[in-house]
Amino acid sequence: MDIFLQQLINGLTLGSVYAIVALGYTMVYGIIQLINFAHGEVVMVGAMVALSVISALTGAQIGLPPVVIVLAGIACAIPACMAIGYGMERIAYRPLRKAPRLAPLITAIGISIILQHVALLVFSRNPLSFPQIMPNPVFEIAGAHISAVQIAIIGGSVVVMAGLTFLVYRTRLGIAMRATSENVQVAGLMGVNIDRVISSTFVIGAALAAIAGVMIGTYYGIAHYTMGAMLGLKAFSAAVLGGIGNLAGAMLGGVLLGVVEAMGAGYIGEFTDLCQAPWIAGLMTERCADGGNFVLFGSNYQDVFAFLVLIAVLIFRPSGLLGERVSDRA
Amino acid sequence: MALLEVRDLEVGYGGIAAVRGIGFEVAQGELVALIGANGAGKTTTLKALAGMLVASGGSVHFDGKSITRTPSHQLIRQGVALVPEGRGVFTRLTVEENLAMGAYIRDDRAGVRTDLERMFGLFPRLKERRAQVAGTLSGGEQQMLAIGRALMSRPRLLLLDEPSMGLAPLMVQKIFEVIQGVSKEGVTILLVEQNARLALEVASRGYVMESGEISLADSSAALLASPQVRQAYLGE
Ligand SMILES: Nc1ncnc2c1ncn2[C@@H]1O[C@H](COP(=O)(O)OP(=O)(O)OP(=O)(O)O)[C@@H](O)[C@H]1O
Ligand SMILES: [Mg+2]
Repeated sequence: MDIFLQQLINGLTLGSVYAIVALGYTMVYGIIQLINFAHGEVVMVGAMVALSVISALTGAQIGLPPVVIVLAGIACAIPACMAIGYGMERIAYRPLRKAPRLAPLITAIGISIILQHVALLVFSRNPLSFPQIMPNPVFEIAGAHISAVQIAIIGGSVVVMAGLTFLVYRTRLGIAMRATSENVQVAGLMGVNIDRVISSTFVIGAALAAIAGVMIGTYYGIAHYTMGAMLGLKAFSAAVLGGIGNLAGAMLGGVLLGVVEAMGAGYIGEFTDLCQAPWIAGLMTERCADGGNFVLFGSNYQDVFAFLVLIAVLIFRPSGLLGERVSDRA
Repeated sequence: MALLEVRDLEVGYGGIAAVRGIGFEVAQGELVALIGANGAGKTTTLKALAGMLVASGGSVHFDGKSITRTPSHQLIRQGVALVPEGRGVFTRLTVEENLAMGAYIRDDRAGVRTDLERMFGLFPRLKERRAQVAGTLSGGEQQMLAIGRALMSRPRLLLLDEPSMGLAPLMVQKIFEVIQGVSKEGVTILLVEQNARLALEVASRGYVMESGEISLADSSAALLASPQVRQAYLGE
């Protein structure tokens, strides 16, 4: 099996999800310069709601075709997440719009904790598994495997990203959003209701989060009330990598981060196998004999890469790959 | 009754008064100048009229209705448009998108298209650059865009804040020709300028602002002749 191609496929799958979540971070940041750290939790709620609906419909055994069941799950997750996105802006962030930047940031962490614990109470303390209701055939290309779910995730995310790009660049709301993100006061002069644009931004971001939640839940087969935290941090890193506030940057950053992570996970074992170093292998002949290994870091260190990337970006290119220099934005 | 009536208007920044109880009016179809030195409070006045700042006292009436506390996104629906100081074009939007933002409040697509062509007729330079992002325009082109954008809302009252600022003489002349043209079409204009001579030459009346108060009010001809104005604002 070709490790490189396989990890590329896995990375693109994961990266597609990161990209969609990263868009939510970057859109909100672009409009009100807030890092909505509770965004990852919205993804979690999306996964939980979809899973509950899918499980319930499957358990009811009313003979619905699996595709309909999955779509029903998504159709419930999206409005649920949109309501949460709207609510958190309205209740928690709007009153703080003129407060020092630290206040909404701390509030975001508070909302994260609240959402996690509400999910814990409503759903379960234990990981819930997505029922396997559809066959998930695996195809082989050039020695690597790609599953139907992976194809659906990558294809679905392309559709979602194209749709969002259309919305932002071709519709009245989208142009108003871009105008608002550049100059709130002048956008107001043009007749844009700023509050409504900000609400819309949260709601659209939350809808994307819901879709991402269903994707990631289906991909890993489970959902857990803490799943949003790490995913959110990684998607945030992806948004920073691409240049926070920049839509294309979030998409690029998400996909790149997914690929870096998958490659890292695929090769870290090989690169940190002490038996590969002759002078060490000589010291540990017993252990390294017959193709034995002494791996320092296994693929469970996968999560490290996102943050290594984040740190590297912050040091070498704080404005991100596609971001403008901060001084240009003022 | 005048189209715009300002009475005892007071505006401050966190307790520091910048506009101290001023009163003036602009009649339907008039072009009135508001001149004054740096920091006199001209921009503050316009921002309060446009709903960007909340007045701490006094009242503003437009077409007989109080707009003293109307937020800016509703004011433009009533027909008040501001071309802000420093132009405020959306530099990351294209020229055409900027103009579309000017027509944000309008639903008559056909009318908007007609007006867009009208703007391009008025400012051929903008037509050539319609698909370019506004940040790449020269200062003068940006000022044209800012004025065109405000006109796209079909305002009844146009508030202009230093349209000549930072522009080459030729460009200033062009901008002022446009302002006069717009005025001839019947749009009421309140023009804030540091270039007092130019402003008074196109306006029928003028107000002079000094330290947040209106110190003089007269016809443009009288102001241009007044020794006080000549010395302080015309550099003579
Ligand atoms: N955002 C602000 N915060 C505090 N004070 C301000 C602010 N903006 C303006 N001021 C003060 O209010 C007063 C009036 O300013 P304003 O900008 O209205 O003057 P102006 O007549 O437009 O001047 P210019 O010709 O330089 O544009 C000044 O003393 C200024 O320092
Ligand atoms: Mg000013």
